[in-house]
Amino acid sequence: MKTFGYTIQNDRQIDFDAADKKLYRYVAEKEPDINLCIFCGTCTATCSAAEFKNMSFRKISLFLRRGLTENLKREIESCMFCGKCTLVCPRGINTRNIIFNIRKGIEEYEF
Amino acid sequence: MIEEGKEKVWKDYQKEIAEDNYFYARSCIRQNFFPGSEVAFLRILKELGKNLFDDPRHTTCTGIAYHSDIVPFDTTMTVVARHFALMTEAGLKNFVPSCITSFGIYTEVLELWRHHPEIEQKIKENLLKATGRTFEKPENLAHSSDIIYKFRNEIANKSKYRLVNKETGKPLRVVEHIGCHYSKMFPEKGVGGAEYPLVLTGMVQAWGGEVIDYPERRQCCGFGFRQYIVQANRGYSVACSKKKFESMAPYKPDLILTNCPGCPYFLDRWQYVVSEMEGVTYGENNGGIPVFTYEELAGMVLGYNPWDLGLQLHQVPVEPVLDKIGVQYKKEDKYKGVNGKDLGRPESPSCLKI
Ligand code: SF4
Ligand code: SF4
Repeated sequence: MKTFGYTIQNDRQIDFDAADKKLYRYVAEKEPDINLCIFCGTCTATCSAAEFKNMSFRKISLFLRRGLTENLKREIESCMFCGKCTLVCPRGINTRNIIFNIRKGIEEYEF
Repeated sequence: MIEEGKEKVWKDYQKEIAEDNYFYARSCIRQNFFPGSEVAFLRILKELGKNLFDDPRHTTCTGIAYHSDIVPFDTTMTVVARHFALMTEAGLKNFVPSCITSFGIYTEVLELWRHHPEIEQKIKENLLKATGRTFEKPENLAHSSDIIYKFRNEIANKSKYRLVNKETGKPLRVVEHIGCHYSKMFPEKGVGGAEYPLVLTGMVQAWGGEVIDYPERRQCCGFGFRQYIVQANRGYSVACSKKKFESMAPYKPDLILTNCPGCPYFLDRWQYVVSEMEGVTYGENNGGIPVFTYEELAGMVLGYNPWDLGLQLHQVPVEPVLDKIGVQYKKEDKYKGVNGKDLGRPESPSCLKI
């Protein structure tokens, strides 16, 4: 294989037809309110873990919808289940329960 | 998009294209990339009985340098003014650039002057001081693909071949790719606008082919000036073309048709680069998808010798298309120059089948 002095950048496009939505469907069945998220980021702004680690519930919500499970796994590791995000969510989403179900789903489907 | 919708859009984006008497502005890069194309354009127009002046004093429009932040816009405008002066001196009013970047530059300059006559005045003075020349603005500005589009039916009437598979009788499946600067900057200046340009589609349909709609149809080829000129950035350029190939390949196109200098070059050459770097090919039997300029395609349906059209200079071989249509050509003449001398053979790629 040749290199020509550069590499081909990987595309960041999300193909919704190809995305694996299994985990999203699993979580949405348990906590349908996930569909109400408007990605405002209030949850991330209040999250204590986000203060110290690279973690954001807003991103978790996006990754889940886009079927980016690998990124999700990395992201939820730091959650302490304190529930501060649930208190502030303007859409009244039980974000804590969503993270709980994502973890269960990941275990169940052995992602 | 459904056909009726397209027709409505196309009705809103029709432009005036001059009938005859053109001042031809050649591209600075096309003569190296696909050297047969501009010659074919001149021949086609001559055969259509049109008057065209191909001025040897014409220069680059500076477009590539301008978009790469190397040349300031004032310089670009003065160079453009000189081109208009050459047209005025030739007694012509219809300006026809061969390059899409140039077409975008001329359109941008004219639009700017329309809004700011004081800038036009300043450039007039600059040109006069620098060269002693004066100019009139063109009455009509049309890209050379607009001209071929205008005469597509006349070409179809004179054609020797149609874009039809001679074995199956089915129309060839064509991916059309418009240069970004044709209508993405000024949609009303392109035939059919920016979303569903008609200029190449019209040609394909008039010559018997079928146009494929695919998800990344309007995505840029990746030429993009800066990302191509800096070697370390070329990966971005390849990534753009790759995105298009991946999107179009499932539709099994027989060929790609383009109207810009950069697009056919990059869509053709990057297929080789992707095959060498990643071992992936997008055409039939580990081959590529042949890429044509509209002049080459027009010349091909008119029955011109493929090697006079410069088709031997393509990275992805064009023979599969010629064979599907049933174009008669001599294999042994592929690498013979116009003087009959052997031009030598290019090295074979390690993955892409040629
Ligand atoms: S606060 Fe609620 S609505 Fe806003 S991003 Fe977080 S989960 Fe979504
Ligand atoms: S429950 Fe998790 S995501 Fe929500 S605020 Fe607490 S640590 Fe952050």
